[in-house]
Amino acid sequence: MDGSLIGSPVRRKEDQRFLTGRGNYTDDINRPGQAYAYIIRSPHGHAKIKKIDASAAAKTKGVIAVFTGDDMKVGSLPCGWQVKSTDGSPMKEPPHPPIAQGKVRHVGDQVCVVIAETYAIARDAAEKVKIDYQPLPAVVDMRRALESKSLVHDDVPKNLCYDWTIGDAKAVNDAFAKAHKVAKIELINNRLIANAMEPRAAIGDYDRSNGDYTLYTTSQNPHVIRLLMGAFVLQIPESKLRVVAPDVGGGFGSKIYHYAEEAIVTWAAGKLARPVKWTAERSESFMSDAHGRDHITHAKVAMDKDGRFLALMVDTMANMGAYLSTFAPCIPTYLHGTLLAGNYATPAIYTNVKAVFTNTVPVDAYRGAGRPECTYLLERLVDVAAREMKLDRAEIRRRNFIHADDFPYQTPVALKYDSGDYHTLMDKAIRLSGWDDFEKRRAEAKKRGKLRGIGISTYIEACGIAPSAVVGSLGARAGLYECANVRVHPTGSVTVFTGTHSHGQGHETTFAQLVAERLGLTVEQVDVVHGDTAKIPFGMGTYGSRSLAVGGVAIAKALDKIIAKGKKIAAHLLEASESDIEFRNGAFTVAGTDKKKMLGEVSLAAYVPHNYPIDKLEPGLEETAFFDPLNFSYPAGCHVCEVEIDPDTGVTKIVNFTAVDDFGRVLNPMIVDGQVHGGIAQGIGQALLETCVYDDNGQLVTGSLMDYCMPRADDLPSFKTGTHNVPARDNPLGVKGCGEVGAIGSPPAVIGAVIDALSPLGVTHMEMPATPLRVWQAINGTKHRKAAE
Amino acid sequence: MASVTITVNGQKRTADVEPRTLLVQLLRENHGLTGTHVGCDTSQCGACVIHVNGKSVKACTMLAVQADGASVTTIEGLADGATLHPMQEAFRDNHGLQCGFCTPGMVMSAVDLVQHNADPSEQEIRDWLEGNICRCTGYHNIVKSVKAGAAAMRKTKTKKK
Ligand code: FES
Ligand code: FES
Repeated sequence: MDGSLIGSPVRRKEDQRFLTGRGNYTDDINRPGQAYAYIIRSPHGHAKIKKIDASAAAKTKGVIAVFTGDDMKVGSLPCGWQVKSTDGSPMKEPPHPPIAQGKVRHVGDQVCVVIAETYAIARDAAEKVKIDYQPLPAVVDMRRALESKSLVHDDVPKNLCYDWTIGDAKAVNDAFAKAHKVAKIELINNRLIANAMEPRAAIGDYDRSNGDYTLYTTSQNPHVIRLLMGAFVLQIPESKLRVVAPDVGGGFGSKIYHYAEEAIVTWAAGKLARPVKWTAERSESFMSDAHGRDHITHAKVAMDKDGRFLALMVDTMANMGAYLSTFAPCIPTYLHGTLLAGNYATPAIYTNVKAVFTNTVPVDAYRGAGRPECTYLLERLVDVAAREMKLDRAEIRRRNFIHADDFPYQTPVALKYDSGDYHTLMDKAIRLSGWDDFEKRRAEAKKRGKLRGIGISTYIEACGIAPSAVVGSLGARAGLYECANVRVHPTGSVTVFTGTHSHGQGHETTFAQLVAERLGLTVEQVDVVHGDTAKIPFGMGTYGSRSLAVGGVAIAKALDKIIAKGKKIAAHLLEASESDIEFRNGAFTVAGTDKKKMLGEVSLAAYVPHNYPIDKLEPGLEETAFFDPLNFSYPAGCHVCEVEIDPDTGVTKIVNFTAVDDFGRVLNPMIVDGQVHGGIAQGIGQALLETCVYDDNGQLVTGSLMDYCMPRADDLPSFKTGTHNVPARDNPLGVKGCGEVGAIGSPPAVIGAVIDALSPLGVTHMEMPATPLRVWQAINGTKHRKAAE
Repeated sequence: MASVTITVNGQKRTADVEPRTLLVQLLRENHGLTGTHVGCDTSQCGACVIHVNGKSVKACTMLAVQADGASVTTIEGLADGATLHPMQEAFRDNHGLQCGFCTPGMVMSAVDLVQHNADPSEQEIRDWLEGNICRCTGYHNIVKSVKAGAAAMRKTKTKKK
C-alpha cells in the first residue's frame, strides 16, 4: 500500500452523513428543557440608549426572562491581536460588551435578549420591549472618519485605531527619485459578507450538579472560543467549560471570532439553570457576522527603463467597523503589509496602514484575509505598470519575478519565502489558458458584437498560520501551534483527535489518509475527531489554510512517537534489539529477517501487557504532539480569466477561467481542487457581484440575500485547474495550504480581463464589483466623452 | 393550534402546530427531520428543498397546514435503505459537497430536474440550480455531480424497464 494513499483522490468519509441528512449542525441539536433566545438589535447606526422598558415583554406568557446590558455586566469581547502605531503607542482598543452599554454603534448591535419557552414567543414578546434611542450622527465613510466630529468611541480621537508602517521609507523615496517611470493606482477593495450557508447558532447549557457549562456553537475553533469566553468574558475556568463545534456549514473566516451571542447564551444558561438556544436568521447574519475586506488604497511603483521594479509605496485605510473583532487588527497589517513583495523581487517597500472605526459591523478576516487585498492592489498596479511601459502583462511579471533558484528569499517586508517557481507557474497558466492566441478570440467575439478581454494575476500567500514566535513578535496574544492526539486502540484501529476544525475541508478524509498511509491501515480504520474541547487536548482551529500545514504535521509527529514506542514493544516481542526493528506497511520487522509483528499485535500487547517490557515502558499506545512551525508556508499561483461583455447591457460573462497553483505536496487532489473552485467562485463574486453597502446613516442597504448578490450556478463557468507543486522546504510534510488561494488570485484576473475588454474604448480603470451598471456606464461614459471631444 | 397530517418518507405522521408554522419547521422541529436545512429568511438559498407530491419545493415557502394530506420526501427518505440514490452517489463520487449544508437541497432539487429532463446540459443544470446557493464548491463539482447523477438515473430506469 506504500505511497498509494498520499496524492490519491480518496472519496470523503464525511459525505455519507451529509448526503443522507444525518449531519449534526448546531441548530439540529436540542437540549432537554431548552429555552430560546431572541436578540433585539439596534435599528440605528449610532445612538444613545436612553431607556429600555421591558416590563410588558417580561409579563408575557411563556417569557422566561428579558436581559439588557444592565443585567449582563461581564467582560469585554477580547481582541486577539495587538498592533502598535508607528509612534510606538498601542492600538486603541475600546470595550466591546456582549450587550450594548448605554450606546449602540452599528445596526445589529445587541441591545436586549428575550428568552422564552419557544422562539416564536420570544420573537413576539420582543415587539413589546420599548427602547428609547437618541440617534447620533453616524460615521460611515472611512475617508471622512478621521475628520468627523462624531466619534464611534468617545475615547478614540479621530476614530483612529492605529497608524502602522513597515518598510524602509528612505530607500523607497530614493528609488522613486531616480525612477525611469512611476505607475500609480487608487482603488477600493469592496466590503464583503461571508454568508456561509449555515447561519450562526449557539446553545448554552449548564449542569446544576457540578457547575459545568457547555457551549455548542458554529465555530471554526472551539478551543479558542473556550479560552476567550472563559478567561475574558465570563470568567469560567477551562475545566468548567466545554465548547463543542459540531458539523459547521462553512466558515470562510466568519466563524473564527468569539461573538456576543455565544457569551449571551452561556451566561443566560447559568442564570436560568436551563439550556438556551439562539439561531441567527439570515438577516441577523448580515448585521452581526463580521464582514470582510473594505480597504481604500493608493499605491505606486517605481521602475527602471526595462520595467524592473525599484520600489513600492502603498497607503491603505482599513475599516475596522464599530468594534475590534478577534483577528481584525492583524488583517491589514501582518496579513497584508508583510505580503507586499508578492511574487516580485522589489528591493524596497514601504507601506502605511490607518485603521479606522466606523458605525458598521466589525470587519475581520474573510477567506484570504488581507492577502486578497494585497494581491489585488499589487496585480492591478502591475497591469498599470505594463501599460505605462508598453510591455505585455505577462512579460512585465516575468521580468520581476523572484527566480526559482533565489529561494529562500528574504523580502523587504519581514517574510522569508522558502520555496517557489513563479516562472513555471505562469508559463503553465499561459499555455493552459491560450493566452498567446487570445487576439484571435477577441477578433471573433467582435464579429458577434461582444467585447472580449483577458486578465492575468499572480499571487503569493503566507499561510499555515502559525510560527508562534513570529506571530507573537507581531502582536498575537496567543500561540498558533497545533495539537494532535493519536490513539491506537487494542485491536489496531485508530482514532485521531485534532485541534483543527473541518467545516467543509474534508479533514476526516485527508487526515485519515495521512495516518492510514503511515501506519499501513485502510482509511476506514482511522477515525478523525474534531470540534470538542472535552475530547481534544488542545487546538487553535482552522483558518489561514493551516490545518494540514500545521495540524497535519502535529499528527505526523504523534505518529512518530507511536512508531517509536511500537518499535520498543516489537523488539521485546521479537526478542531483537530495538535498533534492528523496522516499521513498514503496518508491520514491525527485524531487519534482514522475516520475523515480524503487525501493528495490531503490538497494540494488543500494549493494552494486554502480559508479555511486555513493563520495567522500561508504560502500557498503552496513545501519543500527543504539538507542532509549532518555524516559518509560514507560501503557496503561489497564476490565474487567467477571460470575459465577454455585452456592450448593450454591460453584462460580463466569464468564458474561461484557468488557475495553476503551487500547493507543495498534495494529499488529496480531489479535495484540493474543490477548495480551489470554491475560492475562485468567491473571488469572482467579489469582482463581479458582491458588495456590502451602507447608507450615510449607517443603515445596511444590502441586508438580505435579495440585496446582496451571491454567486449562483448560472453566474459561473467551469474552471480549468492545474498545478506545479514545489514541496515546501520549511514544512516537514512539504505541504503549503490551499484553502484561500482561489479567493486571493482571482479578483485581479477578473478585473484585468474586464478592463482589457473595455480597453479599445479607452477604459483604464474599473472598481469591484464590475456590475452591469458600472460596466455600461464605463462603456457609455467613454462613448459620450469621445463624441464630445 | 392546527392538526397537520403528512406522509413523510413513507410514514404517516400527525402533529399539532400553530397555523403560522412553516413546513420546514414542522419537519425539523416536530418530526426531527433535521436533514432539511434553513439557510435564509427570504426563500433565496434552497437549503430547504424537499419534494411535495413528487415535486421540488422550498419548504420555507409553504405553511405546514398547506401540506396537510400531502406526501413529502426529504433527504432522509431518498436512499433505499443502505443504498444511496444514484444522485447522492454521484455527489459523493464527484466531490459535489464540502460543508454539506446546501447539499440536501441541492440533491433534492437535482433529482427533480432529472425527472423533468433526463439528460440536462451544463447550462440547463446551472439554470435549474439558480435557486440553490452553495458558498463552498463554486458549483463546478455540483454541475459534474448532477450530470453524472442524471446518467446514473437513466441507467437505473432502463434496468427497471
Ligand atoms: S431556507 Fe432559504 S430558501 Fe428556504
Ligand atoms: S457545500 Fe457548503 S454550502 Fe454547499
